[in-house]
Amino acid sequence: MGSGASPASVATHAVAPAATDRRGPVLVGGGSEESLRRFLHGLPGVDQVGAEARAARLAARSIKREAKLAALDLAVRCVDLTTLEGADTPGKVRALCAKARRPDPSDPAVSPVAAVCIYPDLVGLARQQVGSSGVAVASVATAFPSGRASLRVKLADVEEAVAAGADEVDMVIDRAAFLAGRYGKVRDEVVAVREACRGRVLKVILETGELSTYDNVRRASWLAMLAGADFVKTSTGKVAPAATLPVALVMLQAARDFASATGHQVGVKVAGGVRTAKDAIRYLVVVNEVAGPAWLSPGAFRIGASSLLNDLLMQRATQLGGAYAGPDDFTLD
Amino acid sequence: MPERPGGGLPVRKTYKLFIGGTFPRSESGRSYPVTSEDGAFLANAAMASKKDLRDAVVSARRALGTWWGATAYNRGQVLYRVAEMLEGRRSQLGDEVAAAEGLGRRAALRLVDLAVDRWVWYAGWADKLAQVAGGVNPVAGPYANYSLPEPTGVVGVVAPRASSLLGLVSVVAPVIVSGNTAVVLASETRPLPAVTMGEVLGTSDLPGGVVNLLTGRTSELAPVLASHRDVDGLDLVGAEPDEAAGLEMAAAGNVKRVLRPGPVEPDWGRPPALRRMLAFVETKTVWHPVGI
Amino acid sequence: MELTAWTYSPAPESRQVVSLRPSYGLFVDGEFVAPRGGGFFPTVNPATEETLAEVALAGPEDVDRAVGAARRAYEGRWGRMRGTERAKYVYRLARLIQERARELAVLETLDNGKPIREARDIDVPLAAAHFFYYAGWADKLEYAGLGPSPRPLGVAGQVVPWNFPLLMAAWKLAPALAAGNTCVLKPAETTPLSALVLAEICQQAELPPGVVNVVTGPGSTGAAVVSHPGVDKVAFTGSTEVGKGIQRALAGTGKRLTLELGGKAANIVFDDAPLDQAVEGIVDGIFFNQGHVCCAGSRLLVQEAVAEAVLDRLKQRVETLRLGDPLDKNTDIGAINSAAQLAKIEELAASGEAEGAERWSPPCAVPERGYWFPPTIFTGVSQSHRIAREEIFGPVLSVLTFRTPAEAVAKANNTPYGLSAGVWTEKGSRAQWVARHLRAGVVWANTFNRFDPASPFGGYQESGFGREGGRHGLEAYLEAGDA
Repeated sequence: MGSGASPASVATHAVAPAATDRRGPVLVGGGSEESLRRFLHGLPGVDQVGAEARAARLAARSIKREAKLAALDLAVRCVDLTTLEGADTPGKVRALCAKARRPDPSDPAVSPVAAVCIYPDLVGLARQQVGSSGVAVASVATAFPSGRASLRVKLADVEEAVAAGADEVDMVIDRAAFLAGRYGKVRDEVVAVREACRGRVLKVILETGELSTYDNVRRASWLAMLAGADFVKTSTGKVAPAATLPVALVMLQAARDFASATGHQVGVKVAGGVRTAKDAIRYLVVVNEVAGPAWLSPGAFRIGASSLLNDLLMQRATQLGGAYAGPDDFTLD
Repeated sequence: MPERPGGGLPVRKTYKLFIGGTFPRSESGRSYPVTSEDGAFLANAAMASKKDLRDAVVSARRALGTWWGATAYNRGQVLYRVAEMLEGRRSQLGDEVAAAEGLGRRAALRLVDLAVDRWVWYAGWADKLAQVAGGVNPVAGPYANYSLPEPTGVVGVVAPRASSLLGLVSVVAPVIVSGNTAVVLASETRPLPAVTMGEVLGTSDLPGGVVNLLTGRTSELAPVLASHRDVDGLDLVGAEPDEAAGLEMAAAGNVKRVLRPGPVEPDWGRPPALRRMLAFVETKTVWHPVGI
Repeated sequence: MELTAWTYSPAPESRQVVSLRPSYGLFVDGEFVAPRGGGFFPTVNPATEETLAEVALAGPEDVDRAVGAARRAYEGRWGRMRGTERAKYVYRLARLIQERARELAVLETLDNGKPIREARDIDVPLAAAHFFYYAGWADKLEYAGLGPSPRPLGVAGQVVPWNFPLLMAAWKLAPALAAGNTCVLKPAETTPLSALVLAEICQQAELPPGVVNVVTGPGSTGAAVVSHPGVDKVAFTGSTEVGKGIQRALAGTGKRLTLELGGKAANIVFDDAPLDQAVEGIVDGIFFNQGHVCCAGSRLLVQEAVAEAVLDRLKQRVETLRLGDPLDKNTDIGAINSAAQLAKIEELAASGEAEGAERWSPPCAVPERGYWFPPTIFTGVSQSHRIAREEIFGPVLSVLTFRTPAEAVAKANNTPYGLSAGVWTEKGSRAQWVARHLRAGVVWANTFNRFDPASPFGGYQESGFGREGGRHGLEAYLEAGDA
């Protein structure tokens, strides 16, 4: 993409930092439930109308020509190509991995995507299929999508995914605990999962649609980041609303603030409802102007999507070719 | 002042100014004779100086916080009590109006009664004006938006020249009911009812400084009032027609809200509407987002 | 603005939608006519310094013609027209503005220098909205709170400024026409074009001749309008200095007057403010329209406890602002309207440094031609500094601190102005308390620079008197049908 990308973008997927305790000076009083609550509730509130107005204004940016091409290329490299259905067969996963490695068979200049994202029982197959292409294997875990199981079961879920060869783990937080104000429990689970990941990249799904308010999104983002997330992720894609521009804006602000406070860069992943290239470009604008250029890379920004990829390719072809491309020019998988 | 009914010399009143809730003489020490319609000497009234006026403005400004800060209900209560005090002085005021305006006692008392009723009418507006002059504005966005009237601040009033009580009441009450404070230049030739009005106000619960009454030469005092930068509004109803333009010009120095005089003094017998209250309120509009 | 890793390519709006004539006459009595003796003067694109067109310079004779036409229309068809019919004419104007929205937006950007995004998304839609809103009042005036039978005043002389040329014209014309008055509109010297297209729109709407007249020219034309004996009502938006002069000139004439003058609004940010949105509100408050806004939040009053955090975020945010070609859809900050205005801004900014405040601007590539001023923030400002007291009318923010709510309000009110103010806090009771104590005609709580035709706008003290917008906006153009 563009010129002068930050060093983190050299790799096509994130390298998990050492599992240091990054709570550092930010967390108050040894991390008790009460002090954690006070800290999270002391974060600046988010005014809904103002946040949505800013997101709308960013969405009105006009990204054309070279800037658009650069954005489309980056977007492809930031895609976590996803399939999370009960009906996912090995055949489906093979097709997904092939597409992930070579999104546009007619144009080898198109980079592979960042990762494939699948259920844990398919990780072994995916690992084989992506081989040494550089595409990471991301597995959901922790009783995705609801997260309603005992900690023992959720950790076992993670361990199996890791053992099968996952590079990245997408976990869900316990929303029931969060909404009941039991922030310590939420944090402890993230910490436990992080340990079970044994160095793999950990993405923490907040399920923002269930959190409901932007204040909660900010608090949950901080909670996840303090507990060791490498990415904070909007949604499972199974609950509406999933990713929205204002939610992403709030999470990117939180990531930027966290980086200012601790020196650690945590990435942001938007998932669910990002269907068109236009959507993807809007998210990139928000990343660029809210978190900053240091997040403009797959090491710090991902888009979990499935049909988006073809729209990106179609728009890319249109930009390069001049005439509008058609959907049949691109493979379904 | 006539002899006492049973004989004996009445103790004459000293006609002083009413500033900050007290009754000082003019710091200049001056006074001027006030005569009745047919030229008979009535009394010496204090001749206020520009320093007195300056002090009055200071008092009015100082009283603004308390008066405007009171609830509208409270202001209404205070104004009702003023009406009670006015009613109590009916007879005295009847005499003074009769003497000032050359009227028979019955005609004068009719005017006093009208003045009391006028005051009562305005008192009732205190906690209602906002409902009539304000409102909720249906803006095209997720915002709560409302407008409400607030007092302009310190209002200078050049009281009517001819109508010494009813006219005075009809210009002072609408100014203060919304929370403004006033510096009033009484009618130069008919000031005595205004001084008694000061006593009425002084014995009610009206906080000192809310209304300040000055007697003296209008042509000397009005320009000072009009150009005073700590006065926010100006009612020129009692200004001489050939002086009004100059006063309005002076008022522009700090963009005062000016109520211009008509070609002749209004008929104070007509029922008032909202105009005199609305002339000295500012509309404030507040926006706030509506969201989770 | 620093070069980001991802540079946005130019995304210019096309100029083709506008067909500029080389020369524009005055709009009098329903026709475009040549000026009698006044000649022509150029209007310039402040982003490029190119001449856009020549417009007529209306002399006293032309003003007299225009007032005469307005008088005849008032005493004739318009004055006799039923409210419902007037309403329909005003609806036509609203519709036509919407139909020609794109053209008007581009024209406004060319003539004024403001970013096309603002002209397109704010100026033009709001202008249409004002006509829509007031159209509906035309046949309901007895419900306006001005008695059972309020009457129009007659001929309104209306002088509007250069910062929102079309929108300010809409604010003036819409209520005046709805109330049954006729108008002589005098647009600003540097931004006459959108008013002239509005005149064309009046023709397309078949508005009866003389109901709206447009006389272009410099300050002298405005003075002629204001002082013409045939004008019953004057409405002026502009500087406090000129406003006072008008108030003096009108003394003793019996002409009704409303004034919308300058401001030096305080934007108050408390330590519990929603910080990111507050920063957005600060930016919007002073950099929207290059700060050429009477209600601009030109003073940031930030609670000392969060001053550093706010300033950090603010500077980060300001660094993402894009200054450049106003016709580029991604431009956030356009050109300063004129060389004269630029000189004023530069002089005041220099005084800020001279008086000891600290000056900061993001690195900014400024085009070679045209009038430009980068967004600028002064910290370490005290109440007595000129940049804290005088209206700069440019993209310059003065930052002061406070400790307590009472101190914030006292500092905010310590000015002869009183047009608008902002307050940012998550605590509801405090937002209400501050709103109540601010001496300002418009208080934006947890938001800023919001406008709506239903919402009355106007100032306290030396920011003027009278309100525009809402039911209150009718008062300026009607005589109460009671005492």
